Amino acid sequence: MLEIRNLVVKIADEDKQILNGLNLTVNDGEVAAIMGPNGSGKSTLSYVIAGKEDYEVLDGEILLNGENVLEMEADARAAAGIFLAFQYPLEIPGVATMTFLKAAMNAQRKARGEAELLTPDFIKQVNAAADALSIDKAMLRRPLNVGFSGGEKKRMEILQMALLQPSMCILDETDSGLDIDALRIVAEGVNALRDKSRGFLVITHYQRLLDHIIPDTVHVMSKGRIVKTGGKELALELEKSGYAAYGEAA
Amino acid sequence: MSVVTPLKTAAEQALSAQFAAAKAELPGALPVRKLREDAFAGFEVKGLPHRRLETWRYTDLRSLLREARPLAATATVTDGVRARLAALALDGVRLVLVDGVFVPELSTLEGLPEGLAVHSLADALVSGREDIARVLSGPGVADADAGLMLNTALMRDGVFIEIAAGTELDAPVAIISLASGEDERAIFHRSVVLAGPSVKATIIEISESAGTAASQINGAIVFETGDESDVQHLRMVTRHAPETVQVQSLLATVGAQANFESFALVLNAGTLRQQYFVRYAGEHTNIGLRGVNLLGGSEHSDVTLVMDHEVPNGTSREMFKSIIGGEGTGVFQGKVIVRQHAQKTDGSMKSNALLLNDGASMFNKPELEIFADDVVCGHGATVAQIDGEQLFYLMARGLPRPQAEALVLQAFAGEAVEFVQDEALRALVMTEIEAWLSLREASSVVSAI
Repeated sequence: MLEIRNLVVKIADEDKQILNGLNLTVNDGEVAAIMGPNGSGKSTLSYVIAGKEDYEVLDGEILLNGENVLEMEADARAAAGIFLAFQYPLEIPGVATMTFLKAAMNAQRKARGEAELLTPDFIKQVNAAADALSIDKAMLRRPLNVGFSGGEKKRMEILQMALLQPSMCILDETDSGLDIDALRIVAEGVNALRDKSRGFLVITHYQRLLDHIIPDTVHVMSKGRIVKTGGKELALELEKSGYAAYGEAA
Repeated sequence: MSVVTPLKTAAEQALSAQFAAAKAELPGALPVRKLREDAFAGFEVKGLPHRRLETWRYTDLRSLLREARPLAATATVTDGVRARLAALALDGVRLVLVDGVFVPELSTLEGLPEGLAVHSLADALVSGREDIARVLSGPGVADADAGLMLNTALMRDGVFIEIAAGTELDAPVAIISLASGEDERAIFHRSVVLAGPSVKATIIEISESAGTAASQINGAIVFETGDESDVQHLRMVTRHAPETVQVQSLLATVGAQANFESFALVLNAGTLRQQYFVRYAGEHTNIGLRGVNLLGGSEHSDVTLVMDHEVPNGTSREMFKSIIGGEGTGVFQGKVIVRQHAQKTDGSMKSNALLLNDGASMFNKPELEIFADDVVCGHGATVAQIDGEQLFYLMARGLPRPQAEALVLQAFAGEAVEFVQDEALRALVMTEIEAWLSLREASSVVSAI
């Protein structure tokens, strides 16, 4: 379970405050969507949960299963079960995708006191996950995300999510840059991971993604706070009325 | 006109005395003796290179060499030397220099592949061959360099390799130059590689120390490669005492429709100046100079190169990657000369450095001197820190910071290493880089605790 209490965040090197006392709970097994206009602080929220250093938390706490993660570095948060699917996955030239996947899986296992994966088991797991997401094996031999299309990068994010088995998945604008087929594949990948022990926070600008990943709850974010919470019908409402009613232009 | 004679430093005076005492016993027939005398006379006018010379601006040899160590005249083959030779994972022909002196009993001289002939440089210098002055001297752009003059005057030994036209060597030829490191010595060595037309060969050059004493090393290698040849050169300068001061010169004259590529890995090398003087002797030739410098402590690595495009249709590719921590200093000075008739020259020069902390520094000085009007030449020089976005991405997947950093750094270096064509050698280079990075990774974990 993810609980965020009165979170106040500014950009580290500037005076600009982005999150202004945000409260949010995502229960195990719940798919929560956050919608909001550009600049409302959605991506900042995802980065702060994952542990990016460019921000300064002025107040509040982020609890994962009751434990405050704010003192942890990003890698410790990942090992604790937080996974952020990036809006813009980074290209890492010179690092083979397979090398990276194995390093990530073993680093998390090591942090949790588990034995390293044996190579045949690792390959079996990767192949199965790649097949489910229609990921070409040739892609796995290339340097991580280098020269991948937008859709390939997003599928690679979901592949990592499937392999790392996090308890709290955050999807930051995962629909951006996807055509309708890629969107369907990515959504199916996410839906396959839905589980009563796993929470999802799906951040999106548009209703479109939520046609494929049906949320249990929808939160509206504006000016760094959650201003309205409802069921999946709230997303449809927003699609019609826009964000103007929440004090911001779309 | 008044002539200003600068005061000689203690080291310069000592070098003069050493040359006077040693010149009678240094190997060489008459033309070589003249070459030595002329070179030393030239050196005496110039003195040790210093920072007021543009080409030596960032590596002040005059202040680095406070004292000139005694000349090494014999090979001290220690247990350390034997152990290091046994540990080296290299296939093919091994030619071993210890303290700059060729040691036949440690070298592969039996059953050499057909078309490959090997002599000691000392033998070649006394042999009386008529072309000796030419093959020793290399491209004209090297003539004014005082470091090289000193090498010419004092070179004791080395290897002299001749590869007959059309020979394709399956396995590399390694020149392994070990300083015994028993006491502080000055080592002057030079090797020559004469590759005929259509030769295909890989030459490895290793510079290491087997002991703990800091040496002063002045090494040179001269390549003269024929038309349609493909010569690959790999240099690894590692395992030296931090106070080692070393100059390594590479001189290459490359024929037409040929390929010449050099890659240099530098780590744990103390203070090192690598200088390249390269001339295109024929058209449609590709030359690539690349390298990775890994620096920490107070290490200093200077890469200075001059590519002389004398003829049209030449391609040059330079790519140097530097990772600098501690109080380390990296230097890259790259000059590409495109002479008036060298139309259709295609040149690309890159020097990229990552600084790991505040004390580290990098000096980048790329230069293009273009006199032709139909060329494509570019250069890029960058100095940056580890990309924080890449680091966060890897950490968000669970990699601890030191491991994430090592992966980013390995990838950064890997972009140059991938040009090492021989797969086994590429793996050897990557192994050395990974070992350096993992030591750094381990020490950063300790300091975090």
